Amino acid sequence: MSFDWGIILANWKFLLLQGLMGFGAFGGGTLRLAIPAIVLGFILGVIVGLCRLAHRPWIHYPAVLYVEFFRGVPLVMVIFWFWFLIPQITGQRLPEYTVALTAFVVFEAAYLGEIVRAGIQSVPRGQIDAATAGGLSYGQMMVHVILPQAIRNMMPSLVTQFIVLFKDTSLASIIGMMDLTKAAQTVSQREIRPFEMYLFIAVVYWIFTYSMSRFSQWLEVRMSPERAPTRRAALREAARAATA
Amino acid sequence: MPVTAFFGLQYDFQWSVLWTGEHGHWLVQGIWTTLRLSALGWVFAGLLGILAGALRTVPFAPLRVLATFYVEFFRNVPLLVWLFFWYFGAPQFFPRTVQDWFNLHGPEFWSAVVGLSVYHGARMSEVIRAGIQSIPKTLLEASVATGLSVGQAYRLIIIPIALRLIVPPATNESLNLLKNSSLALTIGVAELTFMSRQIETYTAKAFEALTAGTLIYLVLCVGIASVMGQVERYFRIPGLIARVGRAEH
Repeated sequence: MSFDWGIILANWKFLLLQGLMGFGAFGGGTLRLAIPAIVLGFILGVIVGLCRLAHRPWIHYPAVLYVEFFRGVPLVMVIFWFWFLIPQITGQRLPEYTVALTAFVVFEAAYLGEIVRAGIQSVPRGQIDAATAGGLSYGQMMVHVILPQAIRNMMPSLVTQFIVLFKDTSLASIIGMMDLTKAAQTVSQREIRPFEMYLFIAVVYWIFTYSMSRFSQWLEVRMSPERAPTRRAALREAARAATA
Repeated sequence: MPVTAFFGLQYDFQWSVLWTGEHGHWLVQGIWTTLRLSALGWVFAGLLGILAGALRTVPFAPLRVLATFYVEFFRNVPLLVWLFFWYFGAPQFFPRTVQDWFNLHGPEFWSAVVGLSVYHGARMSEVIRAGIQSIPKTLLEASVATGLSVGQAYRLIIIPIALRLIVPPATNESLNLLKNSSLALTIGVAELTFMSRQIETYTAKAFEALTAGTLIYLVLCVGIASVMGQVERYFRIPGLIARVGRAEH
């Protein structure tokens, strides 16, 4: 068996500029899909998480239903639903990119909403009492007191979920959006070099997800001083021990 | 069937497409393939997960590095890429006999089994590792202090407790595997999503076909989750509030 790694060099522009970044005639692009999906998914996730925590049943139960529904269905199914429903509702065919983005935001918001809920629940109750006693409204309390602490607590799980979302964007290739996976598929069909192609994009995906995962580990250490003292605190401790 | 207003548009519901002709049979076959694919993937992923999880703790660096490489590389790349890799890319490098066996027994199905197992094995090993690591070291020391050998302590104390601790994250991960088996449609495995799409293609009744597929997945997931909820309650360790960290991505 012989390998032909030159195939990657010969097609790097198409794979990385078009497939990964989304610059080119086909639109799409893994990063161009993943970044807005992460931002919009997080915003919708905060809304879903807050609704799930609400006391009013007509806000609480729809949010529970939303989360449980999307967590019980494969993402492929959700993408097919939007692929079929959007033209029915709007009366026109939208580009694959828009369909994929909508499906990802709606789907991932269910998972992100659960993380947001857990993060908010991890904030001590006394904070709510203190904020209320201080005369803050619900909105002020959430924005200035609860959410900043909650986001700190949920950062590691959030980044983990963003990694999942980044990997999930490969599914946009199923409805024909030109992302990294679709680009590799196209090249591999033309050149009949599937081994080299798929291994190459595996490495490209890995570089992104692994750096995100290391970042999440770093954040986890950084943000929990009670479990792992920062280097500076350790040095301070050592200095105190030395002078005592 | 009456013409019904559907999001302000006219849509003619025909639920009968789900059971007329071959279609009911297709759905049942799709469910069967999904369950078979997931069950096989689950068994192999569990074995790979235990193996990789154990190898990451042995006091022999090359094996540890190998296991860490496996886990970190395979779980951080999209499953779809792995499916294409195992179906289109890898078989040419397998020994002749393996290739023949694949071709004889349905190369799509078995590539999907390999892809799911290797990907979810890497993820499962993280769940198992988190379970073992969440057990305090002092428990092992206490067991040894009562006169058990290290082997006995592992067999009688540590592993039973670790298994009870990982029931919730392992359930979560198993459901992920079941849902992820839907990706096998991209390499032509006739599982549930594939069959719903096929009914849609033959009848042009997308709403009904997708509803059927979606509801079946929901029933499978909610069913397994509630059974495992019972199992979890039965095996719960009294006095513990903290659950082991959820399965990572």
